[in-house]
Parts: sequence; structure tokens; C-alpha cells
Amino acid sequence: MKKTSIKMGILTMALLALTTISCKDGKKEEAPIPMSSEMPLGDRNESGDSERLMANDSGNSSSKAIIDNYLKIKNALVADNQEEAAKAGGMLVANFEDFDTSGYSSEEQQELKDIIEDAKEHAEHISESPMEHQREHFGILSKDVIDMIAITGTDKKLYQDFCPMYNNKKGAQWLSSTEEIKNPFFGSKMMNCGEVQKQIN
Amino acid sequence: MPANRNQSNVVPDTDFMVVNNVPANIENKIQVSCYDCHSNNTAYPWYNKVQPVAWFLEDHIKEGKAELNFNEWDEYSDRRKNSKLRSIISQIEDDKMPLDSYTIIHADAKFSEDEKYEIIAYMAQLKNSL
Repeated sequence: MKKTSIKMGILTMALLALTTISCKDGKKEEAPIPMSSEMPLGDRNESGDSERLMANDSGNSSSKAIIDNYLKIKNALVADNQEEAAKAGGMLVANFEDFDTSGYSSEEQQELKDIIEDAKEHAEHISESPMEHQREHFGILSKDVIDMIAITGTDKKLYQDFCPMYNNKKGAQWLSSTEEIKNPFFGSKMMNCGEVQKQIN
Repeated sequence: MPANRNQSNVVPDTDFMVVNNVPANIENKIQVSCYDCHSNNTAYPWYNKVQPVAWFLEDHIKEGKAELNFNEWDEYSDRRKNSKLRSIISQIEDDKMPLDSYTIIHADAKFSEDEKYEIIAYMAQLKNSL
């Protein structure tokens, strides 16, 4: 049973990969538009700001869809709901496949490519694993999404939270759209464990 | 009908053992316990001549390599290396790897508690050095 679903998954991935490749080819002519200085950059670090290019519309909408489905996974794990987390994980895989990085500088594109490649794999695991395994991958996925937002920015108000207990007390971060702590790594077992590290926007 | 064999005599420059300075005892253990399914070279057992064993193995190897291929280690970005090491550590910690279905026929692939500890410590140190 599980094997067939993995196989189907791999097949779907391969097909998706093929379609994204062909989509990218079709969009090559779209030149990136230079960015004006008063654009809100969100929570960016200092590197590469001078030669920033504006992300085109599809770039912004890809990161928006990613954040939305990421938060769905987070909410599902808070609610100890494996099924919902898996569903959102599957959608997140597709969001990463569709990510259009063409509006970013080459340095940022490389960084985004690394992030997407890694994050997609975590989303895949979340889409087909038992809950404890989902949580493990959610921990690393969170780091990827935080790093992605440092490049893409976001217009959403987000809270970067930290749970010092998770991963054998090595700790793990996650993002939430509400200030109140609701822990996705332990769910109902330790709902209030954690603290807000910083606010984004 | 013969399945495609996962065999190669070439150890690529990107191999885990080539790019990392792995102590001999750990290198040997990882080769024996992991490389059959997580590299481009499987040391096939004699019973691979028997179907459907060959198909069964081929499937495992395909899945194993898609997840982690030690031969392609240096092609992974640091971010992915970090993820892979994290997964390697937690899979070994939880006794999920090597697979029971594998160690039942490859007794030498099983990790003793000491070996487990050594390999996890090595992988953790590698992860911190990224």
C-alpha cells in the first residue's frame, strides 16, 4: 500500500518537474523590472540590497502561496492533525515546484534554488509520513521558509517563534501569524512551550 | 527477466568518503551498512538471481538513492547536506536505519550500540562544521 503511494508520488513529482521546466522556458522573455527604493523590503538582511531587482508578480504570489500552505501545516500540527498536515504538505510541494525566481539577482536565485530544493523534499516527507516524522521535517522546513522570506519579503504579519525543547533540546523555530504561542512540535502535549523571537512586519 | 543492476566501478569525486575525512572504521561501517541502497554500487547477494527478489531489491535501491546518494554527496548544497545529516542522525538514533528487512539478511550491516554512537557523533560533528 505505502509503496504504491510512494511510487505514485515519485511519478507525480517527475511529471510536475517536467511541467515546471517547460513553464520556465516559456517565460524566459519576461525581463526583470528594476526596483524602486521605496518598495518595502520586509525583513531583509543587508547583503545584495544595492543590486536588488523587483520580484515580478508571479514571484510574489509563489512566496505568498508557500507561506499560506506552510501556515496550514503549522496549524494542523498544532492540532495534532496528521491528515491535514499531509494535505497541505502536498500542496506546498506544488508551490515550490511553481516558484518563479526570475525576478531576483543571480546570487538570490542561487540561494532560492538551494532553499526550494531542500524545502520541497521536506514538504514531500510531510505529505506522506506519520506525525512525528512530519514534525521533524517541519522543523527544517521552517528554517527554509524563514530564509526564503529574508529574500522575498512578505506583506503578512508573522511571528518567528522558538521552542527550546524540541529536537533533544537543540531547539527549533517556526512561523506563526498570531502572537499567542501554539506549539506545532508538541501539539497538545506542550501547547504553550516556546517564545516569540521576533516579529516580521 | 533481469532487473537493471545498480553497479559501478567508479567512485566519483563527489563521494562522501572522498570529500570528507572519514575515519577508517566509520568509513567501513557506512560502506557495509548503507552503500548497497544509498550509492551507485550495490554488492548484490547471490539470491538476487532469484525473482522476485531482484525486483524487490531494485525498488529499495531506487527509493534509497532518491532519498540519499552518498556518491553524490558533494553535489548537495550545504543546506541540503545539513538536512541529510539531520535525517541520517535521527534515522540511526531511532533504529529506523539500516532497515530491519535488510539487516535480517545482512547481519554485518547491523549497528552495535557503540557503532551507533560513533557514527552519530561523527555525523553530528560533520553537521556542525558545515
